[in-house]
Amino acid sequence: MDLKRRGNQTVVFANPPVILSSYTVVGPKEGEGPLGKTFNKIQKDQINGEKSWEVTESKMLQEAMQGAIDQAGIPKEEIDFMLAGDLLNQLISSNFAARQMALPFIGLYGACSTMALSMAVGSMLIDGGFARHVLIGVSSHHDTAERQFRLPTEQGAQRAMCAQWTVTGAGSLLLGKNGNGPRITSATIGRVLDFDVNDVNNMGAAMAPAVSDTIINHLHDLQRKPQDYDLIASGDLGTVGLALAGEVLKKSGVNMGAQFTDCGVLIYDSSQDVHSGGSGCGCSSVVFSGTIMQRIKAGELKRVLLVGSGALHSATSMLQGESIPGIGHAVVIEA
Amino acid sequence: MENKSMRQPTIVVTPEEYKALTKQYTPKPTIVKNVVRAFIVGGIICSIGQVIINSYVILGMPQLEASAAATATMIFIGAFLTGLGIYDKIGKFGGAGSIVPVTGFANSIVSPAMEFKREGYVLGVGAKLFTVAGPVMVYGISTSIVVGIIFFLLH
Repeated sequence: MDLKRRGNQTVVFANPPVILSSYTVVGPKEGEGPLGKTFNKIQKDQINGEKSWEVTESKMLQEAMQGAIDQAGIPKEEIDFMLAGDLLNQLISSNFAARQMALPFIGLYGACSTMALSMAVGSMLIDGGFARHVLIGVSSHHDTAERQFRLPTEQGAQRAMCAQWTVTGAGSLLLGKNGNGPRITSATIGRVLDFDVNDVNNMGAAMAPAVSDTIINHLHDLQRKPQDYDLIASGDLGTVGLALAGEVLKKSGVNMGAQFTDCGVLIYDSSQDVHSGGSGCGCSSVVFSGTIMQRIKAGELKRVLLVGSGALHSATSMLQGESIPGIGHAVVIEA
Repeated sequence: MENKSMRQPTIVVTPEEYKALTKQYTPKPTIVKNVVRAFIVGGIICSIGQVIINSYVILGMPQLEASAAATATMIFIGAFLTGLGIYDKIGKFGGAGSIVPVTGFANSIVSPAMEFKREGYVLGVGAKLFTVAGPVMVYGISTSIVVGIIFFLLH
């Protein structure tokens, strides 16, 4: 049997799935950021008229997924799986959105790496012959994440300089077996690495080793160099984590170059007082589904490596003094 | 910690090296700026409190009662500004300067009350009201009891 596996942890798709459409819904702060024009819908405030932030997040996710379906013009009956994930306990945003979508549903938790993870798993389902179309949706919300992981939002406290700002946003993609659009050609599933970072305000540092490990294995498995990519974007390392990943890769013999960037660095600018950049699974979700997709379609980028980065801790593990394990999942998208 | 059983290729960095790198790339807290701001904001809040005490005394209240009434007034102001969504902005600027005074205590109780109202009045507000201020009360009251016993024994 012709295995699609390459090297240690990479899969190469025989019939690369097509990204038929993408749709993004973001909060006001993301809309004011440098990528504001690349999003499909910007909400006027964080709550958008709902009774709780959790409901808002779930509705955003639902709206993004419906948007992707409408843009592709694919009948719902031909969508065989819905893959979705978010940051909240028991994946409530995704579960409640799935309740409305009424599609066969697989919930995925990869912390902030969920976008890349869903794209990898969705592509495997399609290339494996298990699905015609797969709908992907990933969201996070600043206030739902703050209250679950940190402090009440009206609490008057100062954030650390290395802290990141959870993105309010939902991004969705519709993957298909055939059609026109960018294709997902391969994926590298990451290993969990823990370098004993236990500062929850410095999640970029916690995730950088795992992201670096995934990049090294990806390049090794496919016998490629960083220069083979027009853009290598990590999910949400932020400025601190991005610098650390560059340094760790350099020490390990890989020089990344200027095409190595981070969705969390791109989404806000320095005047928005977000300290080290954006985070949350909505971050890579809306940056990829927005600007990166548009740049690939415009022919500006030929081959992109998206490396979702996840910090796999919980509010409980944090209080019990555990360090933060990190993970990175990579997907290759080609025009 | 680093997993020794990982097969090649893997990143070439020891946990010690990584710790040093993290320290190098993590921005330092802006201590001097924070201290100066805390001093100014804390000073302003306490001056307002003093003005209120003096006003109550001028209005004819005894000194001790004026202090208690002024504390209550400051708690009200802290809670009110939290409700208006202003106190967290003062806190972001002033840091400890706005956390330590009694207005900060009010903020730490009202903010969870606002936050958890959506989970209901019993298991939301009731159960979560002291998530931030709870430790202060537990150890504050415990310490005051211990100090009180020592004071009692020495006199």
